[in-house]
Amino acid sequence: MTAAMITPSRPAPRAGRVGFAHLVRAEWTKFRTVRGWVIAVVVTALLTLLLGLFIGSHSHVAPCTSGPNGPACRYIIPTGPGGESVTDTYYFVHRPLAGDGSITARVTSLTEATESAQTVNGRPVSTKPAVVPWSKAGLIITAGPSQGSAYAAVMATGSHGTRMQWNYTGDEAGLAGGASGTSPRWLRLTRTGDVINGYDSADGTNWTKIATVTLPGLGATVQAGMFATSPSQSTATNSGVTSESSGSSGATDATATFDRVGLSGGWRGGSWTGTSVAGGAGSPYPTGHEAGYRQAAGAFTVTGSGDIAPDVTDGVPVDALLAGVFLALVAALVVGAQFMTAEYRRGLIRVTLAASPRRGRVLAAKVIVLGGVSFAAAVAGSAGAVLIGIPLLRASGNPVYPVSALTEVRLIVGTAALVAVFAVCALGAGAIVRHGAGAVTVAITAVILPYLLTAGISVLPAGAADWVLRVSPAAGFAIRQVIPAYPQVDVSRTPFNDYFPLPPWGGFAVTCAWAALTLALAAYRLTRRDA
Amino acid sequence: MKHALHAEWTKLRTLAGTVWLLLAAAALTAAVSAAAAAATRCPSGGCADDPAKISLTGIYLGQAIVAVLAVTVVSGEYGTGMIRLTLAATPRRVNILAAKAAVITGLVLVTGAVAVPVSLLAGALILSGHGIGPSRGYPAISFTDGPVLRAAFGSVLYLALIALLSLGAATALREAAAAIGTVLGVLYVLPIVAVFDGDATLTRHLEQIAPMTAGLAIQATTGLNSLPISPWAGLGVLAAWAAGSLVVGGILLRNRDA
Repeated sequence: MTAAMITPSRPAPRAGRVGFAHLVRAEWTKFRTVRGWVIAVVVTALLTLLLGLFIGSHSHVAPCTSGPNGPACRYIIPTGPGGESVTDTYYFVHRPLAGDGSITARVTSLTEATESAQTVNGRPVSTKPAVVPWSKAGLIITAGPSQGSAYAAVMATGSHGTRMQWNYTGDEAGLAGGASGTSPRWLRLTRTGDVINGYDSADGTNWTKIATVTLPGLGATVQAGMFATSPSQSTATNSGVTSESSGSSGATDATATFDRVGLSGGWRGGSWTGTSVAGGAGSPYPTGHEAGYRQAAGAFTVTGSGDIAPDVTDGVPVDALLAGVFLALVAALVVGAQFMTAEYRRGLIRVTLAASPRRGRVLAAKVIVLGGVSFAAAVAGSAGAVLIGIPLLRASGNPVYPVSALTEVRLIVGTAALVAVFAVCALGAGAIVRHGAGAVTVAITAVILPYLLTAGISVLPAGAADWVLRVSPAAGFAIRQVIPAYPQVDVSRTPFNDYFPLPPWGGFAVTCAWAALTLALAAYRLTRRDA
Repeated sequence: MKHALHAEWTKLRTLAGTVWLLLAAAALTAAVSAAAAAATRCPSGGCADDPAKISLTGIYLGQAIVAVLAVTVVSGEYGTGMIRLTLAATPRRVNILAAKAAVITGLVLVTGAVAVPVSLLAGALILSGHGIGPSRGYPAISFTDGPVLRAAFGSVLYLALIALLSLGAATALREAAAAIGTVLGVLYVLPIVAVFDGDATLTRHLEQIAPMTAGLAIQATTGLNSLPISPWAGLGVLAAWAAGSLVVGGILLRNRDA
């Protein structure tokens, strides 16, 4: 018995204890030395890029394929002052206004009708009374009667009360209720330089200001007057696909009656001019056919069709360029699950846990390596797909829904981060079920299947689809949303039409919550159960 | 061949997971179908809904479980080394694949024959409760109706073909996680990529050749004209995928060391 064998009461330095950096390095070595994993991650990142380039150079938006010039037809969707695609089609009864001035009018009626699909000499053979919530009739001051001009307008609407709208995206509510003979709506626009004030009134004496807007660079002489327009209606089916009801073209028109038209300030020209503001032949927007105005005994009846609003349907949304990310996602899920289950299959887990007895740290190191690798690969692939794809889309004549640089960054970085978080979910699933095929199946059916059934091919009804995309791990796909949900545009806001129920980072947070839950369960299983 | 068949049947029968996976496939198919039917509303009438197709929504999830079962039938043997014993017992390797295919097809057909009618009956009950039934001019879900029978039989066959496709993929790739990832990737991701490609003609062609969108055309009972491919031709496309995967798997099995 030597003194050395009477062990010191102090524990010996733990030889197996390694720094966390070493642990990460060990996991990185495990990852990079499995050829299949590296190939899968790199190849799918490349495929993401290539698919983005392919879509960029081969896209033809739907209205274009049936255009008069064949599939290569090019038309120009007007862009508003803010650079966004806009719809700008209406009937305009106007006079030039030089310098400052104001216009006042009373709207005594606003009615809408749907136009039949069948036309004779360019006019619908029949119209049917209808209710169009966003039909618009009122006063407008615009830089000119060409599409995409800067403007400000006050208007009565079908069922959204009086509004002031400007430069396509601006929208402010005024009085509630529609315009009728018994309850007319008085409207007024005043111009002072670039500043335009909009007012409304129920009686012509008590006026309320709706909003003050500044239209930079409006020019000295503007066109101002009365307008009417009514957006086309499409009925949404349960699956979110829009279809036109039988016999109707979907086009609608609005007819409004104005009287007590009062002008003050620098108005020029003695008479009113009627102009149908519309795109040329082949324009994708169904302009409708009934348009014109009558003037009798101080009253004007104006009929128009179309809309003055942001265009959210005709352009290619740039997130389409990221179709290949789904391939990268499958690879990330498989590799993520295997990064854990392979340890169990080969018995390596026992060595790993012997080297690092604090099991939670092993999981953390794996999360860092897997998350980092899948993020890096996905960000490279999607950055290339988006940044090269957008110019390619434009070069091949497609209208691209414009997005800000910040949105572009969110789309690229957010999508890559989403792939990384999903990979981590699969890793957690691997630690929980310890069976490769099982973990991969759970991960893919929990992540990709909900997206497929709601936004991909739209199998679930719209209400259920929204619900699934709020609570399932697939909620994070909201990060792809690039078109803002303008309240003043009536479109079917279903996931299939690229509208997610949650805001981009909100959806991402739901996915992160799922990842956290999976990891917590995984850590529990890893520490509490024998390997 | 008879011995191979018997051996495969014994192996599959005595695995604890098999019966659970089959039960899960049937239960989840019926549950998701019923949930989809319960979520379908058409308050204003005139929705372009296909009651039989809605009632078979669960197949989208059920196929994943059928696929994982078929993959483990092969990959499980590679994982444990059992495959060497199997190959020693039946040196004619193609016979092993054929036996596995026969056994798994039989089991999946039985599972489908339970899950599909249950889904259709549940869907018919729930949907007519929501006013989407014969009283409002929708086609009734009746097993004497030609298109509904086609959807029902076709969905059962669809599941069996998915199992064969997965079996071939697993034989070729051997590794379970890689095989199931590939199968589910082809099934679920091809349709998503097809939607995004931005060219209507190309989208249609991709939907005609993608195994899931083509194969599930068999579920349509209304609006056949708007399908990318006609029902039986679509199932034929899936059958071609399954055959191709089995042939590739078979060739690799014959010419590769286990």
